[in-house]
Amino acid sequence: MSNTVNLSHGETLSADMPVHHFDGSKNVFGFWVYIMSDCVLFATLFAVYAVLHPHTYGGPSAKDLFSLPYVLVETLFLLTSSFTYGLGMLARLDNDKKKVIKWLWVTFILGLCFISMEIYEFHQLYVEGHSWATSAFLSAFFTLVGTHGLHVTLGLIWIVTMICQIKKYGITPLSSTKLTYLGLFWHFLDIVWIFVFSIVYLMGAI
Amino acid sequence: MLNLSTLIGKLSNPHEVFPYLYEPVSQQYIIFSMFIFIVIAGVSLVGLVTYFKKWGYLWREWLTTVDHKRIGIMYLVVAFIMLFRGFIDAVMMRTQQLMSTGASHGYLIPEHFDQIFTAHGVIMIFFVAMPLMFALINIVMPLQIGARDVAFPFLNAVSFWLFVVGVILTNMALLIGDFAHAGWLAYPPFSELAYSPTVGTDYYIWALQISGIGSLLSGINFLVTIFKMRCKGMTLMKMPIFTWTVLGSMILVIAAFPVLTVTLALLALDRYMDMHFFTTSFGGDQMMYVNLIWIWGHPEVYILVLPAFGIYSEVVATFSRKPLFGYTTMVWATMVITVLSFSVWLHHFFTMGAGADVNAVFGILTMIISIPTGVKIFNWLFTMYRGRIVFTTPMYWLMGFFVTFTIGGMTGVMLSVPGIDFQVHNSVFLVAHFHNVIIGGVVFGYFAGLTYWFPKMFGFKLNERLGKYAFWCWIIGFFVAFMPLYVAGLLGMTRRLYYYSESTGFHPYLVVSFIGMLIVALGVVFQVLQIIVSIKDRRKNRDLSGDPWDGRTLEWATASPAALYNFAHDPIVDSRDAFWEQKQKGLNIQNRPASEVLPYHDIHMPKNTPISVLLGLFSLIAGFALVWHIWWLAIVGVAGIIGLLITRALDYDVDYYIKANVVEMFEKAHKAAKAGAAI
Repeated sequence: MSNTVNLSHGETLSADMPVHHFDGSKNVFGFWVYIMSDCVLFATLFAVYAVLHPHTYGGPSAKDLFSLPYVLVETLFLLTSSFTYGLGMLARLDNDKKKVIKWLWVTFILGLCFISMEIYEFHQLYVEGHSWATSAFLSAFFTLVGTHGLHVTLGLIWIVTMICQIKKYGITPLSSTKLTYLGLFWHFLDIVWIFVFSIVYLMGAI
Repeated sequence: MLNLSTLIGKLSNPHEVFPYLYEPVSQQYIIFSMFIFIVIAGVSLVGLVTYFKKWGYLWREWLTTVDHKRIGIMYLVVAFIMLFRGFIDAVMMRTQQLMSTGASHGYLIPEHFDQIFTAHGVIMIFFVAMPLMFALINIVMPLQIGARDVAFPFLNAVSFWLFVVGVILTNMALLIGDFAHAGWLAYPPFSELAYSPTVGTDYYIWALQISGIGSLLSGINFLVTIFKMRCKGMTLMKMPIFTWTVLGSMILVIAAFPVLTVTLALLALDRYMDMHFFTTSFGGDQMMYVNLIWIWGHPEVYILVLPAFGIYSEVVATFSRKPLFGYTTMVWATMVITVLSFSVWLHHFFTMGAGADVNAVFGILTMIISIPTGVKIFNWLFTMYRGRIVFTTPMYWLMGFFVTFTIGGMTGVMLSVPGIDFQVHNSVFLVAHFHNVIIGGVVFGYFAGLTYWFPKMFGFKLNERLGKYAFWCWIIGFFVAFMPLYVAGLLGMTRRLYYYSESTGFHPYLVVSFIGMLIVALGVVFQVLQIIVSIKDRRKNRDLSGDPWDGRTLEWATASPAALYNFAHDPIVDSRDAFWEQKQKGLNIQNRPASEVLPYHDIHMPKNTPISVLLGLFSLIAGFALVWHIWWLAIVGVAGIIGLLITRALDYDVDYYIKANVVEMFEKAHKAAKAGAAI
């Protein structure tokens, strides 16, 4: 938003005006804007969770349900996957196609571990009779955490298609830009998870 | 065990699919005449296209296009079809309220009246006002900033087709199943499964959800276009005001539409997954829905009206032959409205019981937002002051807007006082107020914009005389239709009223209102005539110069209609109203002497693709399947969407070059035509 800061002296902007109409910076900026809108989406879900988490309707509350050590392991999988993705991006700078693909696979497997643990957690809750239909609190919980999980799942599909693209086209300016999008998306999901971990699980344990 | 309902979901239940077969015969006449109308219209359309062998042309040049100007025109066409539908809904409501008093209960059953007022609101906002806005943005904004296209042409086409899916789902509800009964914002608990068990609300949810995602993608697209694709020299403070207001509006789209997405998704989860966000038991909270929907809904009205303000700014400057008065304050007013529009949502439900303090804060904030709007009105007035005003149809709409919108704004300030609001909450006073600002502000603005930019879209002007007839019918009809509703509202008439006793005294006001509706209908007839006559006279009204109004901004520097690539040479500007300055100084588009010949280059363009329209098709399949609980088909739809996205991601062959000699040929033809027109 630095542009709006310069509102009253727009002149300063003319130096770096875009001349070429098809450039990568435009695309990355666009992806950032998308991430911002996704941020609003998660913010809304967090707000809903904040309003509804006391509405347990006589059912279990956050404190009764969640196991912190389990979620910590889950968290570590996701955080590590962000790190390995970063290693993949470094390999991209070296134009090392094989290494990029290797790190993408590692990221994929870590992400898969995360999502498997989440599905198992949901499954356990359901089996124990604490489904999303139990109370407004659990509706909000499953929706917030599930939306994040859905994003991660889409990210996993995306990683696979990215691997196909790198295999097919190598490291080109276009595939490289696409790696940047995916990176932004993946790290963004990490940040959202940190909020999920803090607000849903840590604060729920208090 | 496979049974019928696994295979075709709720379609296996005739009560759900054809509810009108179980209704009184009088209702069936209405449904069947509409059914016959749709079939005749559909068959004749398909027949015409087939007869003229235009399917290939339609597919290659339009349905698969990624050209922002053509996408804009497609938005326009769909918006006008939906305007017709929404207007018919309005006629039906006015007629019902005219008849439904004393011994008569009108000609509609309550179940239909409910659906009609819901559909009217949904259609007019989502499928008329929004697409009209996106039509004008698509057609004009990239030209105004001297760009070759929008930032993401493919995404632009996807947005359009997602919007079309919403339109199709909404209209499908006419014939298969029913539409929502719960009003245009579907407040729970009434919209919950317990009280609205039919598919109507599901049609509502998926139509809005799918088209809403399209709007969000458009928002991102246009914002990036404005920030990243302005021509050389066009700093932010040299952007045309229309582009500024689009920027404000798109910021709002990006910040507000995710909230709508979540809100509708939560309602869907309540209905489909037995969750309890907004239910009456298990801890659900209905008022949270009302808060959420208005956190989107209030910015939404500014999303619609800001570009209209931009249109008025362009129109008033062009036809007063003066630069816009107070450009800087206009920009600031726009941005202040953008920010403040997120801080007033609670005024839609002062009666919720948030308490006097909260109500006072939101009441005051609401009053404050009228200040920047007032600034704008004065800017437009001062632009006209001592201008050489040309009284074209767009100027008529502008002046009609001044009067109408100011009155609507003042009743808005009245409503912002919580004490008054408690009295008239949910009455037709409110209905009169928001029609006052939406018709007077948004609709008049878009009509002005359509008339103003029509030559840029199609290459000929609209008939002025019929346009002015339409204007007078609209404005007189508007006042006759809605002023009585203010009075009826103050007398206590609630909105969405199916029947009222004669002793209430509402009837005379509703008779007058009905007459007003007829006058507006006459205006619509004139508009249709205007289009027909203008097409007939198109050779006489042709715009060969590309600049029929002696315009001020860059869109008028191109041919009418503009070439596929918009500008053969990237414009270079160093002032506001750049095109005007260049004309005065005898400069060409790159600020060089007009006599200087610029060399032509190959132009890089995106390729057309069928993936956007196919994404629409699979979204439609998914949406329809979700409405009718046909789970396997929903999976097919979603899998199709993902498959198409992957196909697109793996395709790196998405662009091509228009050769320099082709560009040269087109440009020379345009120059010759222009010279011919000048003689």
